[in-house]
Amino acid sequence: MHEFIEAFHFIAHNGAVPGAPTALPSLTHLTLETLRVAAIGLAIALALALPLGVWLGHLHRGSFAAINVGNIGRALPSLVVLAIGDAFFGLGLTVVELALVILAVPPIVTNAYLAVDGVDADLVDAARGMGMSGLQILRRVELPLAVPLLFAGVRTAAVFVVSTTTIAALAGFSGSLGDVIANETSYHFSGVLGAAICVAALALAVDGALSLVQRLLTPRALRTGGRELSVDATHAATVA
Amino acid sequence: MTPAVLAAAGPVIPNFAAQSSSCEIHNRLFCTGWISRNWGPVLWPALREHIVLALVAVAIGFVIAMALAVAAHRFAWLERPTTLVTTILYTIPALALFELLAAPVGLNVFSAEIALVSYTLLILFRNILAGLRAVPADVLDAAEGVGMSQTQTLLRVELPLALPAIVAGLRIAVVTIIALATIVYVVYDRGLGVPIHTALGEGPFKTELIAAGVLAIGLALLADGLLVIAQRLLTPWARAS
Amino acid sequence: MKIADTAHNEGPSAFAQAAELELRKVSKRYPGQREPAIRELSLTVPAGEVCVLVGPSGSGKTTAMRLINRMIPITSGDILLGGRSVLEREPRQLRREIGYVIQQVGLFPHLSVGENIATVPRLLGWPKERIAARVHELLELIGLDPQEMNGRYPAQLSGGQRQRVGVARALAADPPLMLMDEPFGAIDPINRARLQDEFLGLQEKVKKTVVFVTHDIDEAIKMGDRIAILREGGVLAQYDTPREILTHPADEFVARFVGADRGLKRLALTKVAELKLAEPNGSRPDPGADVVRRVSPETSVRDALSLMLTEGGEPLTVVDADGRVEGLLTLGVIEQLLSDEAEEPAPDAAQPQPERTR
Repeated sequence: MHEFIEAFHFIAHNGAVPGAPTALPSLTHLTLETLRVAAIGLAIALALALPLGVWLGHLHRGSFAAINVGNIGRALPSLVVLAIGDAFFGLGLTVVELALVILAVPPIVTNAYLAVDGVDADLVDAARGMGMSGLQILRRVELPLAVPLLFAGVRTAAVFVVSTTTIAALAGFSGSLGDVIANETSYHFSGVLGAAICVAALALAVDGALSLVQRLLTPRALRTGGRELSVDATHAATVA
Repeated sequence: MTPAVLAAAGPVIPNFAAQSSSCEIHNRLFCTGWISRNWGPVLWPALREHIVLALVAVAIGFVIAMALAVAAHRFAWLERPTTLVTTILYTIPALALFELLAAPVGLNVFSAEIALVSYTLLILFRNILAGLRAVPADVLDAAEGVGMSQTQTLLRVELPLALPAIVAGLRIAVVTIIALATIVYVVYDRGLGVPIHTALGEGPFKTELIAAGVLAIGLALLADGLLVIAQRLLTPWARAS
Repeated sequence: MKIADTAHNEGPSAFAQAAELELRKVSKRYPGQREPAIRELSLTVPAGEVCVLVGPSGSGKTTAMRLINRMIPITSGDILLGGRSVLEREPRQLRREIGYVIQQVGLFPHLSVGENIATVPRLLGWPKERIAARVHELLELIGLDPQEMNGRYPAQLSGGQRQRVGVARALAADPPLMLMDEPFGAIDPINRARLQDEFLGLQEKVKKTVVFVTHDIDEAIKMGDRIAILREGGVLAQYDTPREILTHPADEFVARFVGADRGLKRLALTKVAELKLAEPNGSRPDPGADVVRRVSPETSVRDALSLMLTEGGEPLTVVDADGRVEGLLTLGVIEQLLSDEAEEPAPDAAQPQPERTR
């Protein structure tokens, strides 16, 4: 277990490697970079996928597509998508972001669709009977009730995006904590381990933060007191 | 510890000798010549290893998740801690988890499989438990009324009726694991990640990349389709309505 | 309180399988509740008879039923099936010897009709051929074509068909006792009447000891050889034949529960043929006149009365299937019947004494 102790040393020294010839980026810098890249990718994916999934779910249309895009998206290995990006366009930031978006959109769409589509039909019917317009129903009835499932998709995508950003280092992209993991020669195994711990912590922190946001957005009456754990709820689809 | 890098030696890397076709030299998309030459030594072994990695992981994960789910079905208090632990395992990014396991376990099949198994647990546990809970109350009452023991009820009534949810979970787990197994090579040089890694180091060499990528994606979709068929076969009563 | 004189295990049971059921001061108290759900309930169901437990909600009728097969544990008292205490039996073994039919049926959705019916025989380890033969026999008994229905799944059946399969499943291992909890409650009224008739026909053939729970007094009167009326707290208000309960309700509660129209209900129990009809007037009845004012001897007195009232109270001519005139049915005849029965003393000792509490 001595490697773990060394790893914590590595972290404590902010990624400084004793005896390294050149100045290597600090851990803080790499962590922030990872977050930045991931956040951009997630934001774009959310902007594209959330409205689409929500709208399809509201109209109860396109279920086949919405559900199967999730299936297919899951079958795409991150490494393959990144490697193809590298092979054809070279792995700059844009290409990495593109890969992130491609990988993050499916779970968001599928979960958003299922979340809105799955709202109790009786409730929607009652709302329509009260004279609410489609948009009002969406805003006041469907979305609040859809929060748990919807957020499950967002959290899955967020963690996935962080994960893929680190994997990008394997394909040659520099600018994330993955750099350290891919570069054992410079950082030694203790460095790799240290970076791995940071990545794990980062992912858990992101998930935790989103879980808090979810709790804030969940209508008070529906809060179940701490059960908002990350769930890849696309399983719900294929059960029916 | 040395990182696991290079895979099989041999005619993997286009070596610009007389044997390489122009296709390879120009790094075109899909050099059939290369593929047919390297199927035996490179691609097929990688595919085979990949299948084994995924199958073993899902099988072990299924057994563990089933045990946990049946226990949580009986003792409700188990659900929360189990969900918490499996969620944490699921949230840790694959690359990190592989490395974290490599420290105590080593650069071998065990770190690979332990990590892969961890990723299956949340999905399978959730789905199996949900499936068991979805059995209608009157069916359970009838089962008790005709004199079935708890084990008999579980085996003859609850599990069969939970099949759709279980298979749904298996589909997700299998596809996820097949995709994740492409990264296994960082701690254990087997699987389709190996040719991908090699190809990345050379250019990247498109043909090899695409071949391995297509195999990985195709394998995942094939497994998914097979499970759908299996579900249809195993639940004849669901078709009849 | 007289305990029934019926000998153990005797009774008009064609299958020689029906057993007597005795509840001996059975009580059920739930922890934390002041009042017991069932308070010292005692009654005996002779072998081969249908005993209906009826009462308002909260009367504990379903609880009482579920005590018998130990789905709910007994707090005190005993229940004897065929003379043996159920408390001595292993619960699962016990339940495999008791047919159990519930309102939502609870057919196993993943098993075919045939497999559902075969459930208990399978649990008991019967050989395959015997099971197959039994399933075939039962499907015919409940009026479903074995060829067609054996392989079907519950989802493909109508509500009435599912109920019938539920009954068949309960009968499969030829149990000495059947418990039925509002089995026809979820069915629409028209099909419910049909199912009730079918079950009565079935009971004619198989003669099981049946405990039947319902909240519907009309169903109780129709289905029961004996009726146990329970009031709140599982207290037995009256346990008697339908006729007795309608003629001599034990107290105010029973009288209210059976309804103010119990006089009419009683008339539904009697057929015209059983009445002492009036002599027809000297003159031959005019063959062409008033076919409408004819009634068959098989008609219930209640239906006959209804017809009579629509015809302005005029007497009806009772004509049997061959066209013979049996007599004249007048309002006076009916009045006589009602007053005769009201004056009757307690039922004579030749008949088995039912339980009666005040």
